[in-house]
Amino acid sequence: MASKKKEVLLKIADLKIEGYSDETWVPIIKGVDLTLHRGEVMGLIGESGAGKSTIGAAAMGYARDGTRIVEGSKIEFDGMELTTASESEKRALRGSRIAYVAQSAAASFNPAHKIIDQHTEAPLHYRIQKRMEAQEDAMDLYERLRLPNPKEIGFRYPHQVSGGQLQRAMTAMAMSCRPDLIIFDEPTTALDVTTQIEVLAAIRDIVDQFNTAALYITHDLAVVAQMADTIKVLLKGNEVEEASTEEMLNNPKEDYTKSLWAVRSFESPQRHRPKDATPLISVKNVDAAYTGGPKILDDVSFDIYEGMTVAVVGESGSGKSTTARVITGLLPPSKGEVLFRGDPFPPDYRSRTKDQLRQCQMIYQMADTALNPKVKISEIIGRPAQFYSGLKGADLKNRVDEILDLIELDPSKFYNRYPSELSGGQKQRIGIARALAAEPTFIVCDEVTSALDQLVAEGILRLLDRLQNELNLAYMFITHDLATVRSIADEVIVMQQGRVVEQGPKDDMFTPPHHPYTDLLLSSVPEMDPNWLTTLLEERGVDNVGDAAAAKIDPNDPKVQGTNA
Amino acid sequence: MGDIARLVGQRLGLGLIILLVISVIIFFMVELLPGDIAQAVLGQGATEENLAALRKEMGLDQPAIVRYLAWLKDAVTFDFGSSIVTKTPVTEIIGERFMNTLFLAAYAAVIAVPVAIVLGVLVALLRNSIFDRVANVATLTSISSPEFFLGYILILYFSVKWGMFPAISSLSEGMSFGELLNRTFLPALTLVLVVVAHMMRMTRAAIINLLASPYIEMARLKGTPPWKVIVRHALPNAWAPIINVVALNLAYLITGVVLVEVVFVYPGIGQALVDAVSKRDFPVVQACCLIFAATFILLNLAADVGAILTNPRLRHPK
Repeated sequence: MASKKKEVLLKIADLKIEGYSDETWVPIIKGVDLTLHRGEVMGLIGESGAGKSTIGAAAMGYARDGTRIVEGSKIEFDGMELTTASESEKRALRGSRIAYVAQSAAASFNPAHKIIDQHTEAPLHYRIQKRMEAQEDAMDLYERLRLPNPKEIGFRYPHQVSGGQLQRAMTAMAMSCRPDLIIFDEPTTALDVTTQIEVLAAIRDIVDQFNTAALYITHDLAVVAQMADTIKVLLKGNEVEEASTEEMLNNPKEDYTKSLWAVRSFESPQRHRPKDATPLISVKNVDAAYTGGPKILDDVSFDIYEGMTVAVVGESGSGKSTTARVITGLLPPSKGEVLFRGDPFPPDYRSRTKDQLRQCQMIYQMADTALNPKVKISEIIGRPAQFYSGLKGADLKNRVDEILDLIELDPSKFYNRYPSELSGGQKQRIGIARALAAEPTFIVCDEVTSALDQLVAEGILRLLDRLQNELNLAYMFITHDLATVRSIADEVIVMQQGRVVEQGPKDDMFTPPHHPYTDLLLSSVPEMDPNWLTTLLEERGVDNVGDAAAAKIDPNDPKVQGTNA
Repeated sequence: MGDIARLVGQRLGLGLIILLVISVIIFFMVELLPGDIAQAVLGQGATEENLAALRKEMGLDQPAIVRYLAWLKDAVTFDFGSSIVTKTPVTEIIGERFMNTLFLAAYAAVIAVPVAIVLGVLVALLRNSIFDRVANVATLTSISSPEFFLGYILILYFSVKWGMFPAISSLSEGMSFGELLNRTFLPALTLVLVVVAHMMRMTRAAIINLLASPYIEMARLKGTPPWKVIVRHALPNAWAPIINVVALNLAYLITGVVLVEVVFVYPGIGQALVDAVSKRDFPVVQACCLIFAATFILLNLAADVGAILTNPRLRHPK
């Protein structure tokens, strides 16, 4: 560690960045200092809007469209001042000495070119290697990052490769010129927990092997604890504090840091199924497929009782959202049926009556895109109230006010606003209000908190819990985040490849023994212990995590004995 | 690749059905034209017997549906009947003229498409610069001016004042290819001016639309120079909308050239159509309309296939 700290590689002093909005320049970064030594990994953490990514880009002398670095800021990379350097001087650093790994590899690889051609672009451009050499070097890096078929995988197009593999290929691409510094901008945020592990392990290894310095940007504390030597906490463009990882985890000084560390204090008491009651929603042996596609759901059955929360967990592609589409009637099943209080629900929503439709409402992941930006809040909530309950005039206004009160937003302030004037958490509350306006008995919550910061997400979970108690609602809570499951669920359903592999009350599900897949999911969630990843890799073996491990599990595996089915 | 063949097959089949529907529409639209064809052919002084004899000879006494089916049966074998006015087979009248139109369209396209795309890339690269604005204003001016006006302006300068190119594009037997290009340069240039703006603006818009993509930012952060960001990273993903606009403009070059043909006295199909309509020569009108419809369908098919071929997701399935 001591030898790492000798030489300063990147020194940022009094960095101020402004963004253009509403025809004025508003500060985004308000004077941040940062010193990074050769070979050191620094974690930048904070909630959205803290300015982490903006600082990351600024370390490359890059200001995104609509932002500018304010005069007087200093960004010194290995003796070169980037704020005064010309465009071409800065460009010559990018890709060769400072490289970038973006959040979504799927979006950041150009769909029109093969992966390896994008990889070799920088080395060829900087004339570091000839094409053949560069390709061989790429294959070598793919192998070091433990990509399957390293000799062949580069010759595929980005869409032909899975998300976790692409993220590693992007790390390989960042390494192509053996840079001194890599900016990792939330590189695993878009991945499933199981895939995240192998990407984390691969990144950590390669950064170590080449003694590359890195800025590791993330909002996930447990992840940064595995990756960084030092951690800097940011809040709204200001530095909160900086310390070595160990120090920061054990003795955070500032209150804000402590609040971040106190993750998920909220846990709702677990409810149990009523005896001899008819389930509110009953999914019976459902198979489903999209037109002409393969079977997505395979013999899915479960029950949801009135007033209870059932969490559905599984990796992306495991059929969680498809199940929700079947229940709401958006996707009629090819086999099986959905019962509502014991009576069959028409498979297609178009043949359901108004009263059947009102029973099932949905809340979506991206409140941003789920609300029509051109419609006022009063109308977003008023429309279902009018449609389902036939309210008009003053009655309708009273009802909308009542619902706004329910979701803890002041009616007089929000009644006439548009979605774009609201924060992420407020938008999600409007999404909830819209579902409530129909007076349903059952709401599908599709990853409703995964786009939100932890503190905001917790507020939403508390709200949902309160509403459930007041209105006796049943929730189907789709999520890949097991911490959320722990805080809100009464029962848990684990899905893999379109099948239910395990289901039962929450307490049982979080107590071993588990189905092997549940076990993999649970053990893949990063913990705040900085040695968690190291220990896990030692226990499991580096080739037995992530996709590789998931692939070895057959959804038909018998549940481990003693598990409540 | 089998998928693409199947798609082309499906589209061709669909195209044929559309063509059939269009043929019905064209046939009965011509029926609706006011006036009597026999009367038009024989003139005001014709007697009732003469008129009746001519109608019988031309089959006009049959019900429309019978005549349509008879016409369709021949049309399938590219026999569009004979002109009412000159009695020569329709294919003979419009065959050569259609070739001339195709030649002029190809001549204009060979200049216009590369110019439009190169200009589009340049203005995307230098967006919001003086060059971008000048190019925009110039192409907008040329697209907003009527073609005949553009044609006459070009004649005024290039042939009357500077004497560089002939004002009349008459074609004669056995003239050399160079001579042909020289004589048809002005009509081709007029068409180029008309179609370049559309394609250029679409190229610019399609590229700029992609510049906010994460992979473009990635390319910039890899140190890729700006021109390469556009040409290598944006353009290959922008082809689909560009190809569609190119196809629409190519179709226009074939079906919308009548004014230019008139200005430059060029023996193309547009003139033939106008003549035929004014003389009620309905077999010629029907054949021309059918050719135009087929042109649109084929070019749109080509655009769809082109859009697929440039989309790696469709070209290289998982």
